[in-house]
Amino acid sequence: MLDWLISLWSDPNTRWILMGCTLLGLGSGVIGSFTFLRRESLLGDTLAHAALPGVCIAFILHEVKSAGLFLVGALLAGIAAVLCVSAISRWTKIKPDAAMGIVLTFFFGVGTVMLTHIQHSGSGSQSGLDKYLFGQAAAMVTRDVYTLMGVSLLLVLAALLLFKEFKLISFDPGFARGIGLPVGLLEHAMLILTTVAVAAGIQAVGVVLVAALLITPAAAARYWTDRLSVMLTFAGLFGALSGASGAAISTLGEGIPTGPVTVLAATLLFAVSLLLAPRRGLVARALRHRGLKADYAARSAVHASGSPEAAEGGGRR
Amino acid sequence: MNKQDKQIPPLTVSGMTVAYQRKAVVEEVSFTLPEGNLIALIGPNGAGKSTLLKAVLGLVPSIAGQVSIYGDAYKKMRSRVGYVPQRESVDWDFPTDALDVVMMGRYGHLGWIKRPGRREKELALATLDKVGMADFARRQISQLSGGQQQRVFLARALAQEADLYFMDEPFAGVDAATEKAIIALLSELKRAGKTVLVVHHDLSTVEEYFDHVLLLNKKLIAAGPVETTFTPDLLHETYGGKLAIVSSDGRETLVRS
Amino acid sequence: MMDFWIILTAVLVASACSILGCFLILRRMALVGDAISHAVLPGIAIAFLMSGTRDSMWMLLGATAFGLLTVFLIQTLQTFGLQSDASIGIVFTALFAVGVLLISLNAQHIDLDLDCVLFGEIAYVPWDTWTLGGIQMGPRAVFMLGITLMVILLLLGLFYKQFKICAFDPAMAAACGIPVLLFHYLLMGMVSMTAVSSFESVGAILVVGMLIIPAATAYLLTHRLGIMIGLSVAVGIVSAISGYLVSYLLDASIAGCIVSVAGILFILALIFSPSSGLLVKFTRRSSSARTAS
Repeated sequence: MLDWLISLWSDPNTRWILMGCTLLGLGSGVIGSFTFLRRESLLGDTLAHAALPGVCIAFILHEVKSAGLFLVGALLAGIAAVLCVSAISRWTKIKPDAAMGIVLTFFFGVGTVMLTHIQHSGSGSQSGLDKYLFGQAAAMVTRDVYTLMGVSLLLVLAALLLFKEFKLISFDPGFARGIGLPVGLLEHAMLILTTVAVAAGIQAVGVVLVAALLITPAAAARYWTDRLSVMLTFAGLFGALSGASGAAISTLGEGIPTGPVTVLAATLLFAVSLLLAPRRGLVARALRHRGLKADYAARSAVHASGSPEAAEGGGRR
Repeated sequence: MNKQDKQIPPLTVSGMTVAYQRKAVVEEVSFTLPEGNLIALIGPNGAGKSTLLKAVLGLVPSIAGQVSIYGDAYKKMRSRVGYVPQRESVDWDFPTDALDVVMMGRYGHLGWIKRPGRREKELALATLDKVGMADFARRQISQLSGGQQQRVFLARALAQEADLYFMDEPFAGVDAATEKAIIALLSELKRAGKTVLVVHHDLSTVEEYFDHVLLLNKKLIAAGPVETTFTPDLLHETYGGKLAIVSSDGRETLVRS
Repeated sequence: MMDFWIILTAVLVASACSILGCFLILRRMALVGDAISHAVLPGIAIAFLMSGTRDSMWMLLGATAFGLLTVFLIQTLQTFGLQSDASIGIVFTALFAVGVLLISLNAQHIDLDLDCVLFGEIAYVPWDTWTLGGIQMGPRAVFMLGITLMVILLLLGLFYKQFKICAFDPAMAAACGIPVLLFHYLLMGMVSMTAVSSFESVGAILVVGMLIIPAATAYLLTHRLGIMIGLSVAVGIVSAISGYLVSYLLDASIAGCIVSVAGILFILALIFSPSSGLLVKFTRRSSSARTAS
């Protein structure tokens, strides 16, 4: 075990990837907390799928695979997708969830057409594209890792600087507007940060699973505290821990993919939080609820013995 | 309506308690409804009125309490109960028309496989006519006004041909014509010997529309005929400080603040 | 003949999906459909590992069970107080991760390409035939989809009124004594079955497109549930056939083209629908503004 940990650190390539994934987990966990509180958790999923055509167009235009360019492509496509979702749910009777589903699959479908078209036309360096879709941190080159780390630091920094503003627009946008905050601008800023987190995360964990980096650590953190600053800290920690374990465990064997391991680590942390967190955890709540129920059962038994008509009434749970 | 029913009250609730997490929202409520009356269930926002109704119908789980409908469990007496949910509880963009919604009132009687047929359609048209909506039978439901939607819901409950009705805020946000139609309907139901429990918000109309009141604020504050129960003292107890009583031209008017 | 089987498969996927999709979008469960179609992956992988073959019945049952498990987990998390969007996200990513991990770890035992998980391989459908007693019965996918479609038609045919009222007003349905939960799980079971049997043909994500897009298109065009289902199927089938032709022209993924065509049909309905299209809406608005001024 110790040897393994030491070997992780001694190999420079693995070390960089480990650090990159850890920082990515940290950044997405922090930004994810805000999307979680705004009840837009699945936005990450939409953004990730919608990124595909953007990434393909970036590839078609420049014929090289570079994390920076893909990021720009994904960012633009993601923003276009979000605009489409809000347009559909505003202008038609279609509900936001269906609008999301439509946009997500349509963008992904178009992306698939582009991707297969590129593959079949056989430009030599396209092989990186499908790795990109499933996420294989080990396939990242040093420059990609730098991009990843830069992006993650940007996310954390932005969340720290705009903490008070983001807190307010997540909690009460109406009030935020009332005190003169540029709510629209801030919402766009948050959307762009989320898209950046998603675009960066796709590389490490893949299109489908990247949503989990935003949702799961944040949802887990929510069980431990009622304070936003503490929640952000926990979410960042959980994210970093998941990212680190994903990167570390995937070095153990050839066929172990980073993304699924990262997501399962995050899910495990979530399950532990759900069950065992003090006060908000299930165990704590079950104990409280049982106490309450026993209390009323005892009282209603006393009550029932006093009134005959209640005793013959149909027994219901 | 057989003779036996005269002795057995349409609804008896005892010790009903509903809790979300550790907070009780309805606490140890017990009451009996008198047959053939219009009963208002009133109380401030968040007093648990809708929750109590849903708990009686088994739509939300209760942690304690018994319900008996005409002396038997609700499950056995389902066909004698009609329910009008809050208008906001459904999606009015659903692709269907007014007549179709009313026919849904018959689904409980149709059993598992049988589809609604001509008899159901005639009954639905007749009930739509009763609420003054016959001309709108084939209208898509999103194209109806709020009041018209409410009347469609009432027609659906009528189509259930029940003896005991539960209505969750039927007067909320309706126009004057609908309010009139609902009143006419309620008195017709009363004449036919039905019992109706209505969650109601507008204190100024309670005396005019109802025979009985239940005053609820998590616990049942009082239950009884309007004349003896709908009193300033008991209302104060129910609403706490949120109620002001203004007397004008020698008559007491209740104003909720 | 190859073309025939591929188009037939696509049409079957489109029909099954577009019928169920109507109920999904009316119940605001579009994203639950998304979750199911991803979460059946571990079921498919486990069925592969246990039976060692692509034996369709095992796969159909095993993976359908995982679809129901997904729905159950999402609901359980919601009753524990977690908001619905987060519950969906957590459950489907976790199950999909299990599936990808199982496939990657047992790559030599599972004849299932990860690319196929995302995009499907409808072009290979005709080669993957099913033999019964030494007789060639045609492509396996066609049989699985045929059975699924038959189950859907049978259940919806028998219990149309229950599915309808459960979608419109579940509280009223429950008060009437209709077992709302049973019909909920029946619907989810059918969605899972469809997701599983379409999975290899069109992939996890494009199944969702076929579930939601034709139904949403039909939703914009009519005010009657029965007509909506019919239109949805029509849109699905038109997308399937023309998508296949487009893919031939572009030399690109068939499934991707089908969903793209469906998306374009949706955009057309969005703009030109006579009852709720944007064109009608805006001309009505500008003309009413003119009369007002």
